[in-house]
Amino acid sequence: MVKLVLRNKEYEVKAGMTLLSALQKINVLPESVIATREGEMILDVEILKDGDVIKLIAVISGG
Amino acid sequence: MKCRKCGAKASVNMRQHKLALCKEHYLEWVPEQTERFIKKYEMFTHHEKILVAVSGGKDSLALWDILTRLGYEADGLYLGLGIDGGINYSHESQRLTERFADEHHLKLHVVDIEKEYGQPIPVLSEISHRGHGKPCAVCGLAKRHEMNRIARDLGYDVLATGHNLDDEAAVLFGNTLSWSSEYLLRQGPVLPASDGLARKVKPLCRFYEREMTAYSLARGIEYIYEECPFAEGSQSIYYKELLNQLETARPGAKLTFYLRFLEARKQGDLFIEKNMERAHLHSCPKCGQPTSTDDLCSFCRMMEKVNSASTIA
Repeated sequence: MVKLVLRNKEYEVKAGMTLLSALQKINVLPESVIATREGEMILDVEILKDGDVIKLIAVISGG
Repeated sequence: MKCRKCGAKASVNMRQHKLALCKEHYLEWVPEQTERFIKKYEMFTHHEKILVAVSGGKDSLALWDILTRLGYEADGLYLGLGIDGGINYSHESQRLTERFADEHHLKLHVVDIEKEYGQPIPVLSEISHRGHGKPCAVCGLAKRHEMNRIARDLGYDVLATGHNLDDEAAVLFGNTLSWSSEYLLRQGPVLPASDGLARKVKPLCRFYEREMTAYSLARGIEYIYEECPFAEGSQSIYYKELLNQLETARPGAKLTFYLRFLEARKQGDLFIEKNMERAHLHSCPKCGQPTSTDDLCSFCRMMEKVNSASTIA
């Protein structure tokens, strides 16, 4: 399984799918986050591997 | 996906530009583009003193970093707003801003609203009854006032803010929904100086918010990640989310929305009577139906092409 972490929420998806598919699955707009794995930024086309922990960094700020 | 410049694995993909770059080339590309925008919109020169409004967030710290990397004389201004929200928000953002200034040996002015005016922003908001129970209106007003005061009093030529394209597109979207013509005519990368008002510029106005986050991460800039406690559920965030839905389906939609607006504003195409004259319709010499062109209408032009193609065939 792959774990995706966005702020204080955690999601799990199956390994083998792209980051884009994973984001669609958990209903997160790709435009609104940057994904990192072990501190390095990864792109939407990246295939997620079993055991990956993907940190999603929200990009929107406002007020 | 590979970096367009060196072929290494790309770290950032900008679909609106059809451009993917590795971390190293991305960190070169952002300042290059910023310099291009500074020149294009005639924001300031290397001989002018710049005051950067720094909040401790990703955009303003990235802007300060970029301007410094480009060799501009840029000092920072941090405004202590006195917002806690259970997360020590102002205290933490000030700590991060001061740390950035120390690490980069930059000059930072700190103005504490409570020390200057007796109360922090949330209390000023309560007392003044402005902003329908949220301090955002008072906060915006106080920030604009104080940024201008410090820029003017300390002799800076220009005040730079970290507004990115998503900020600008969200404001534009809101003002378009309400057709606020006065605000629309004033929005842009540069607000020229006028009596008592410092020149204001937005050097990051053509970068997506996502790109500025990527820049801060790639540069290792530690910024305040937590949102202002009062920003939750704000209209600007809602508009940004809507625009991001559009952007996901139509890459480049946000950029086009903003750039076409700037173009129309520059050419004087917004809210003027001459547009009504331009929209005057003529009769098509062939079919007699109304058309905006002086010659054949679009349908007759199309049919002429169809007929000539059929004749050749």
